[in-house]
Amino acid sequence: MAEKIKFGFLLAGGCAGCEMALVDMSEKLLDALGHLDVVFWAPTVADVKYKDLEAMEDGYIDLAFVDGMIRNTENEHTVKVLRQKSKTLVAFGACASLGGIAALGDCHSQEELFSQAYKDTFSTDNPDGIYPQPECTWEGKYDLTLPAFTNRVSTIDQLVEVDYFVGGCPPHHDFIAQLVQAIVSGNLPAKGSWLTSGKAVCDICKRNPADHDQKRLPIGEVFRTVDGRPDEDKCLLQQGYICFGPVTQGDCGASCLNVNIPCRGCGGPIPGVRDYGARCVSTITSSLKDDETAEEFVKKFNDMAKFCYRYSYSAGILNQKLTPGK
Amino acid sequence: MSKVTELLKKAVGMCRGQIKGESKVKKIEINPMTRLEGHGKIAIFLDESGNVDDAFFQTVEFRGYEKFLQGMPIEEVPRTVSTVCGVCRAVHFLCSMKASDNVYGVTPPPTGRKLRELFYSAHTVEDHTAILYALGFPDFVVGPDASPAERNLIGLINAVGVETGRMVLQKRSLAVKIFEILGGKPNHPVAALPGGWSKRLSEEERAQIEKWSEELVELGKLTLQVFEDVVLKNPKYMELVTGDMYKVEVGYMASVDEQNRFTLYDGTQKVIDAKGDLVGTFTGKEYLDFISERVLPWSYLKFPYNKKLGSWDGIKSGPDTNIYCVGPLARMNVVDSMSTPLAQEHFEKFHNTFGLKPVHYILGYHWARAIEILAAAEKCLELSRDPEITGSDTWNKPTSCTGEGVGIIEANRGTLIHHYITDDNGIVQNANLIVSTTHNNAPINLAVKTAAKHFIKDGNVSEGLLNHVEMAFRPYDLCLACATHTVTAGQLPVEVNIYKSDGEILRQMKNF
Ligand code: SF4
Ligand code: SF4
Ligand code: SF4
Repeated sequence: MAEKIKFGFLLAGGCAGCEMALVDMSEKLLDALGHLDVVFWAPTVADVKYKDLEAMEDGYIDLAFVDGMIRNTENEHTVKVLRQKSKTLVAFGACASLGGIAALGDCHSQEELFSQAYKDTFSTDNPDGIYPQPECTWEGKYDLTLPAFTNRVSTIDQLVEVDYFVGGCPPHHDFIAQLVQAIVSGNLPAKGSWLTSGKAVCDICKRNPADHDQKRLPIGEVFRTVDGRPDEDKCLLQQGYICFGPVTQGDCGASCLNVNIPCRGCGGPIPGVRDYGARCVSTITSSLKDDETAEEFVKKFNDMAKFCYRYSYSAGILNQKLTPGK
Repeated sequence: MSKVTELLKKAVGMCRGQIKGESKVKKIEINPMTRLEGHGKIAIFLDESGNVDDAFFQTVEFRGYEKFLQGMPIEEVPRTVSTVCGVCRAVHFLCSMKASDNVYGVTPPPTGRKLRELFYSAHTVEDHTAILYALGFPDFVVGPDASPAERNLIGLINAVGVETGRMVLQKRSLAVKIFEILGGKPNHPVAALPGGWSKRLSEEERAQIEKWSEELVELGKLTLQVFEDVVLKNPKYMELVTGDMYKVEVGYMASVDEQNRFTLYDGTQKVIDAKGDLVGTFTGKEYLDFISERVLPWSYLKFPYNKKLGSWDGIKSGPDTNIYCVGPLARMNVVDSMSTPLAQEHFEKFHNTFGLKPVHYILGYHWARAIEILAAAEKCLELSRDPEITGSDTWNKPTSCTGEGVGIIEANRGTLIHHYITDDNGIVQNANLIVSTTHNNAPINLAVKTAAKHFIKDGNVSEGLLNHVEMAFRPYDLCLACATHTVTAGQLPVEVNIYKSDGEILRQMKNF
């Protein structure tokens, strides 16, 4: 057995769900740890701190995962340091690779986000209208600091060079197990690639009309999930329940479809797609029967950006044009 | 005007102007520590004579969900808002789903409701187990004074035996499997529908879940046995459990059922003050009569207080405080009894041991958590044997829209509230979220300060400080315990830097 791979894991601005997915591998994780030497895992695991990461030689870590997006100055700093210290850096999960759900914050200004949370919410008591401050002197003598909120949410590759991308919010633990297997055996594609099965959710989905010798037909009606109960065996999209399966990577094993709920795209774009949301809109609208149905679609889902870019707003061209970076 | 208010006014004025004052106090910073979505830190200040002047637990992150959920159809919210936290993998999902029931004015049929409860019970077992074994137990089983290299899950496994350790991990994974069958994804689930649940359970799946649930009950029993053997039978630990350095005297809030019993999925919120007297009960929108959240400039997390007991009066403990906490200890203090037989036996023992109700000893959180693993496992078993659980009627289709909904759930870390206003089509116009760790924000500050005051005297920072401060915030389970702790070290990295007044580092201590 070759030397163990020096492995690092950083939680940037995420929810730690990606890290839990690793833990959910259970026994397989214990097997994997036989090949991995965990040299950094912060802030959730106790081995090493940011300061010690900074003290490492450049390129000391063989393989590092980052989950979460860039949301504040602390995330910016730690991701940059991690990049420098790692030979291979993987943007792990929807937040890191595409921005994730919290990137929807970019549909609003920082002032809107703060005033809602710290002034306008029903239970807030803030007579002086203050906001949390990056630096403040409390009671005249306590100097307290907080990381500053960045202008916009960034994906990891908008800040530093990323070697590989993994989709999923979070990635499914079975897929992670395959991934780790591929990594320890050195079986990796060209840098800059997504680590993916390359299949769409539809390819995995048991409801795919093609598997039942049926043609995909134009969709004549559009439903929200509250509008009715879809047939559990038939393609949701065909029944009018908007499903992003055709344009989404299916490394999850079509998890949502298994419980009769449409895909919303957490796996990220299928290979070759540059802008997930734009592709979503074009795929869905071109499946609709006529203009009337298209209008119904727009009426039912009038939050088109939040709907189609739910997991990928930061990576989309739209956001980069609308929200200036740092 | 009280002195605290006076100081507050002054400080608020200064912070708004962002004036950086010349500090006369020494600062000790503990950074990083982690919380809900990842990051937090502790700052301790010493006065001229080297005693603790004040201490702060600061939350360093902010996302803005309450704004960006606006514009979404309410039925899309549960799977979206779930990403507030990936450790509490079911609670934001369930809470917003309950709010969506209200928005459409529809209640789930019995089967739908039971599936939700089974799903949540499985999550509770999985989550509490990770928290307790990774964070709570190592302090006791391995010992609070043991070397940090051993005071973690690996050390714990060595102490209790590899076989037991493996068994715990394996049984916990069964709870995750139940979660995935019912929720779709193993994290950030999707099966919620306003008025019910999208997944029907087959008889085959039910039988499987019943078998797994039996094992979960065993996990609960085993966990309580470990607690008994290691903590309860050890007078040294019992001194800590009932010691003043881990005592925070505040009020409590938790769900109760119609018979004032323990309940997680649904109930009425009961609020008591620090003396244990009933302040009131509420459901739904009435939360606004009880809870107000103060904004302070040094934390992204707001500070809730019980406004029935008066307006904001600073972060303080004692019989008259209006600060309150939530979570397992709060539940033990608020309910009259448990709703399942085995958990009830342990509930009685818990209260017989402490003698006084409410119990203000925060290490009691860990014991309460162990009792709840058993309670939730018993609930899984009960529901998996319920003939109705495989019914095909899991959803009542909404027919109208009320335009407003409040969801309240006893999340694993304590009461969670989601409040939405929608338009006639169920599109979210306004949102308010009060998460469990937020309720506990002020008590966590108090706990850290109390421990720091106890362990730092006359400028001497005791070597044991680091772990003893950790032991003060761990009971609240600030979602620190991302079970990644289970992989390697299992304790939180804490570094304390002690600064001289001029900012130069005097001494540095680490636990890693
Ligand atoms: S991708 Fe999803 S699970 Fe992973 S950190 Fe982001 S929100 Fe959490
Ligand atoms: S559109 Fe959705 S339901 Fe239809 S085959 Fe694709 S993934 Fe399955
Ligand atoms: S079906 Fe779609 S939304 Fe669901 S887990 Fe898979 S990729 Fe994510």
